Amino acid sequence: MSPRRVALLKGGPSLEREVSMRSAARVEDALERLGLEYSSIDVGRSLLDDLEAAAADVAFVALHGRGGEDGTVQELLEIIGMPYTGSGVLACMRCMDKVLTKHMLLEAGLPTPEFFAFSEIAFKELGAGEALPAIEDRLGFPVVVKPAAQGSALGIRFAKEAEDVPEALIAAFSYDDRVLLERHVEGRELAVSLLESEGEPTALPVVEAKPRQEYFFDFDARYEIGKTDFVCPADLPADVTARVQEVALDTYRLLGCFGFARVDMILSADGEPQVLEAQAIPGLTETSLLPQAAEAAGISFDQLVNVMLEQALARSGAAPAQAG
Amino acid sequence: MKDRHQTTSHEIERYAGLFARRTQHMRSSAMRDLMAITARPDVISLAGGLPDTSSFPPDTFAGLMERIARESCAAALQYGPTEGFHETKVRIGEVMAAEGMRADPDDIVVTTGGQQVIDLVTKTLIDPGDVVICEAPTYPGAVPTFSSYEADVIQIEMDSDGMRIDLLEETLEHLAREQRRPKFIYTVPTFQNPAGVTLSAPRRRRLVEIAREQELLVLEDNPYGLLRYEGEPLPPLYALDGGEYVLYLGTFSKILSPGIRLGWVTAPAPVLAKINLGKQAADLCTSSLTQHFVDAYFEDGRWRRYVSDLCAIYRQRRDAMLDALAEFFPREAEWTQPSGGLFIWATLPEFIDTADLLAKALREERVAFVPGSAAYVDGRGGSSMRLNFSGVDVNDIVEGIRRIGKVVDEQVSLFSTFGPTRQPRATPAPAEEAPGDLADVVELPRRRDERRAHGS
Repeated sequence: MSPRRVALLKGGPSLEREVSMRSAARVEDALERLGLEYSSIDVGRSLLDDLEAAAADVAFVALHGRGGEDGTVQELLEIIGMPYTGSGVLACMRCMDKVLTKHMLLEAGLPTPEFFAFSEIAFKELGAGEALPAIEDRLGFPVVVKPAAQGSALGIRFAKEAEDVPEALIAAFSYDDRVLLERHVEGRELAVSLLESEGEPTALPVVEAKPRQEYFFDFDARYEIGKTDFVCPADLPADVTARVQEVALDTYRLLGCFGFARVDMILSADGEPQVLEAQAIPGLTETSLLPQAAEAAGISFDQLVNVMLEQALARSGAAPAQAG
Repeated sequence: MKDRHQTTSHEIERYAGLFARRTQHMRSSAMRDLMAITARPDVISLAGGLPDTSSFPPDTFAGLMERIARESCAAALQYGPTEGFHETKVRIGEVMAAEGMRADPDDIVVTTGGQQVIDLVTKTLIDPGDVVICEAPTYPGAVPTFSSYEADVIQIEMDSDGMRIDLLEETLEHLAREQRRPKFIYTVPTFQNPAGVTLSAPRRRRLVEIAREQELLVLEDNPYGLLRYEGEPLPPLYALDGGEYVLYLGTFSKILSPGIRLGWVTAPAPVLAKINLGKQAADLCTSSLTQHFVDAYFEDGRWRRYVSDLCAIYRQRRDAMLDALAEFFPREAEWTQPSGGLFIWATLPEFIDTADLLAKALREERVAFVPGSAAYVDGRGGSSMRLNFSGVDVNDIVEGIRRIGKVVDEQVSLFSTFGPTRQPRATPAPAEEAPGDLADVVELPRRRDERRAHGS
């Protein structure tokens, strides 16, 4: 079924606000072409009032980062009974938190690079600094230092040697009060987008990101045209593609995602994928990977947006929510 | 049929294939995205370079516009000459005279803000790979301009007396040995953006001599000269040189309004002629309406009074910021003591990257500043920040500095828990594009407790 009126949630105070605005601008164009009525809401203190005023029967969540992608907005939408696109509260929380994601992967026997996670309290009150040398020995250099909860590669540093670690930790702790130190796996950067149809998730063609210059697929490269080459479908042997897609699907199911998601991995030299993280609300900008993968599967951006809305309504039992 | 508005990634690639090579040098960044958040109303932003336009009397504005409507409606709505109206240039002459400069109206081109001067001068003088020399740190807004013309930018360290002329001379010698000749030196000699320091009188004289000796041009960017809060003014480079090798960039942005987008350039006739042609190609002419606005505003001489009112406001704000820095920043931090202008440059311990710190400051404390790396082309400046004291009131300045101090304190105390043996490298590794040993890291000197006049 098609929605009558869509509330498009965008922006907000997250550090990824601008990316969200770019995703939303593209969704707005698609909604217009689809002939759907919509109201765009820059989420803030008046979100509930704005939603009521929008009198929509479904919310399209084009938010990235904290607040919009971590279950917060989803919880509010649950409370007012408004159907919304994408994963529910719990899956959003699991995806946003890389430490939680990785612990779940480990427990389920899915491949992810070895890591150690610390909270700020561990350093400030429990003397965790003493443990750093042993961890570095164990993980080897370079070691990747990441904030637990931050998308878009903000705050991710490579520490090439021991003396780089404190600076990298300070950088990562700027984005979250928990960080992880992860073994650096050399390999190809792959992203597998998942899209559900009729309740079954399917892995879309694999995208490979090839940074043109940077050592690291950084924030800028992700959103700037011409800084990274994207190859879709990635040039991989059929069995490797199948394995990569299988791991992505397992990750999707494990985290309890709904509708769509993206799983980022490194394909190490031995041909084994290692899951780095999952995005509950992957970017929908012109350079984003989910739309590219969908396109490679013959699904236009408009169709993608439409499918996302249909999933949302189907999940809610097809009953249009009462406005407000 | 495909909708013409639909954008697919294939089309993106197709557009990217059409981009000029120089667009690869037009760098954008995560920082730009972060800066967009700083404009949110719940954020105290010390990041802008905004003058306080709220102090401009609305009645004066209304009166001026009404007069323009009555007396020169058609002309104000019409195109004007590329080089600007003669009357406007006469007003510009008055402003320059207030700083001891004499400029013939024929030597002036009125521009769309001072920024256009940087663009036009670079366009006129720079082929890809040509060298531009500027200060380290430099005005962050000049960097994308230089980059878009594929200039090779070399930055010369400053101390509390501005650009280190000894290092400039070393650099020029080095370039000469490599048979590379810089086309121009870009400098903000007075109350520099972002560092807030002022080039001393002896260095001014030497810089002008060097330009003559080596026959290279200096672009003197002077938006803040009239915003002096103490001490005696120093002669502009343009006054010392007489306009032979010094191009002068002036602007009404900081003494009247940035919204009117009115600046100017004076240059030797052959250079000015090329700049004028460049301007014609860029935008035909500067806004006729705002030139009429400036004429009307300057007619009764009230502008001097307004500038002195601004100085009173900004002096108070600067003092409030300096006091707040002393109170709320940790002892490991250092900052400059500007005698004028709009900015203070603060430097934190090296293990703090101010771009990351900005994320924390925005997220936890809703406060913003400009990370120092924006003022360098080579990835340096990472532990510094530019703080603006003109755009927000005293209460917000104090509260903003308190909040920044809090996040800095947290990082400093966290760092101390990583263990006593873990010290960061003494010198950060230069980024790949760093121009070798031409631009060694020399920190701005420690200016914490001493305040000095710039009358040397």
